Amino acid sequence: MSETQTQIPVTVLTGYLGAGKTTLLNRILSENHGKRYAVIVNEFGEIGIDNDLIVESDEEIYEMNNGCVCCTVRGDLIRTVEGLMRRPGRFDAILVETTGLADPAPVAQTFFMDDDVRSKTKLDAVVALVDAKHLPLRLKDSKEAEDQIAFADVVVLNKTDLVTPEELATVEATIRAINPSARIHRTQRSGVALTEVLDRGAFDLNRALENDPHFLEAHDHDHDHECGPDCDHDHHHHHHDHDHHHHDHDHDHHHHASPIHDVTVQSVSLRGGEMDPKKFFPWIEKITQMEGPNILRLKGIIALKDDPDRYVLQGVHMIIEGDHQRAWKDGEKHESRLVFIGRKLDAERLKSSFDACQAA
Amino acid sequence: MPTVAPLDIDGHCIAAVFLNDVPHFAFADGAVHRLDNGHKTVQANDGLLAAAYDEANGRLITGGEDGKVFSVKPEGVVEELAAAGRKWISSVAAGPQEAVACGAGKSAFVRFKDGKIKEFQHPRTVEGVAFAPRGMRIAVARYNGATLHFPATDGKPAELEWAGAHTGVTFSPDGHFLVTTMQENALHGWKLADGKHMRMSGYPAKVKSLSWSARGKWLASSGAPAAIVWPFQAKDGPMGKAPLELGTRGNTMVTAVACHPSEEVVAIGYEDGMVIAARFHDAKEVMLRRPGKGAITALTWDKAERRLAFGSATGDCGIIDITA
Repeated sequence: MSETQTQIPVTVLTGYLGAGKTTLLNRILSENHGKRYAVIVNEFGEIGIDNDLIVESDEEIYEMNNGCVCCTVRGDLIRTVEGLMRRPGRFDAILVETTGLADPAPVAQTFFMDDDVRSKTKLDAVVALVDAKHLPLRLKDSKEAEDQIAFADVVVLNKTDLVTPEELATVEATIRAINPSARIHRTQRSGVALTEVLDRGAFDLNRALENDPHFLEAHDHDHDHECGPDCDHDHHHHHHDHDHHHHDHDHDHHHHASPIHDVTVQSVSLRGGEMDPKKFFPWIEKITQMEGPNILRLKGIIALKDDPDRYVLQGVHMIIEGDHQRAWKDGEKHESRLVFIGRKLDAERLKSSFDACQAA
Repeated sequence: MPTVAPLDIDGHCIAAVFLNDVPHFAFADGAVHRLDNGHKTVQANDGLLAAAYDEANGRLITGGEDGKVFSVKPEGVVEELAAAGRKWISSVAAGPQEAVACGAGKSAFVRFKDGKIKEFQHPRTVEGVAFAPRGMRIAVARYNGATLHFPATDGKPAELEWAGAHTGVTFSPDGHFLVTTMQENALHGWKLADGKHMRMSGYPAKVKSLSWSARGKWLASSGAPAAIVWPFQAKDGPMGKAPLELGTRGNTMVTAVACHPSEEVVAIGYEDGMVIAARFHDAKEVMLRRPGKGAITALTWDKAERRLAFGSATGDCGIIDITA
């Protein structure tokens, strides 16, 4: 019926002022990767690059008239994306740079809740830039800094040269406590390989969880397989710390509220066997309806009884989507895993009600 | 049997109008094409986002990504009317005494005939602007309602509140009603005399096209598998009354509507490019154009009520001659 055009990928850059967003943006715009970007900014900063398609818009948060406080979208993005997409030949992808204080939830939800935006674009990933030196301070004085990390698919832990190895380990542990499933890249001057921030498919149900080694290989903390030839130097350099750290923070312990002061976001990792679809789906629907405002992100791979396929799902607040992904491989353990990242989550209640959905 | 004279252009058609009886098609890339003894083109904005037909002055007002407002007149005469900086101009309107209004970011601007410009700042983004049919008055669609300004005086603006994001605005031709399109799938209206609310909901999609019928008796709208036509004859508008549903199709959506200049007939454009005309009193339909490449985005009648100009999201435009 209507024109079937490919959905344009959208990458969202979040992070406090001074964390290195503009540096990363300039690198994306100037490096030779053969892709053209349209950039939507809320503050016309010092983008030193000539790019025809830098659009300045005022951050405009719209609550939907459905009585749900967490159902918010960004009106400026709807309008700008609609305008840009009328001339799609000009760019291959869109970058959204948010202000330091921006709440990432309405940004992400725009790409799920607005039909026009959804039909033409797809959210690729939320990338959070974090200043290694100033994060502890930021977490003390703002909820947004924490939200940005909690929401991120990729965290670029920047300015690592300004802190001691001990401070860096603490900061990274803090990030992990807030968000166990994001990929963390340690960098200086936003020097992360662009392949690690672009075209991640983090919201693509088929790819989202494949990108998440913590999630998939929860028992196996070997990180080597994700370090391709394009992996940045910092990463290799700190490899020992990195691995070591992950052993300290085993996944199954993440449902404890973070011991780190000033962190209010927690994650709850659930694990179980095969689920009864007649119990599981009403349960997840109810949980997201009731706890939506408290759930920032959720991701899961579910083994459904008598179903040859893995069922993957992901959500933002109350918005949840899921699909059959692929057949379980021979010898693959039919196991269900679900991670909630949010606030005021009742881990025990989530666990017991999740367990109750298991197939007899 | 109607005949269609096609005009195939590469791009997204924003507006189709007749200027001096010559069909003009304004495109998202800023080119304005016309069929004037052959296909001719002039350039308006560098990136055209919004266009409004200024009937009284026989011109098209455009606003765009370049932060500028242009006037396009017959014979390809293009004039820059205003520049608002680097923000996009996402809405424009044409008013009495050659006044023009536009919205850029959180400001609405009115440019008077003499070139004087008045700015109205808002706490939130100006999503849509419209002139009242009489008097120097504009309405601004914004988050949680609409605001009425009186640009010729320093009077206080009047605020009309309704929760939600209002994305576009139109006055009824008699000036008694103000109707907004919303981010949610609904229209909202106010009776201006007493501020009474009118909720027009039930659409499966956002309403992007509105058209008042002759003398403002009806308001036709897109956003459903049929043209939804609300009765506005009564003093309280459509409250308590069901709308007409014209041209219902099962497999596609109405994307553009244009009421006939004098009769109770509406031209309806669909997502698949089809165009029909439907009569209000008996819902009788006439096929005007078979499905094309993309959604109809622009639809307009000429003054002689003989031709319809249409444009689409994929650039396949044309002229339908209904008398042929």
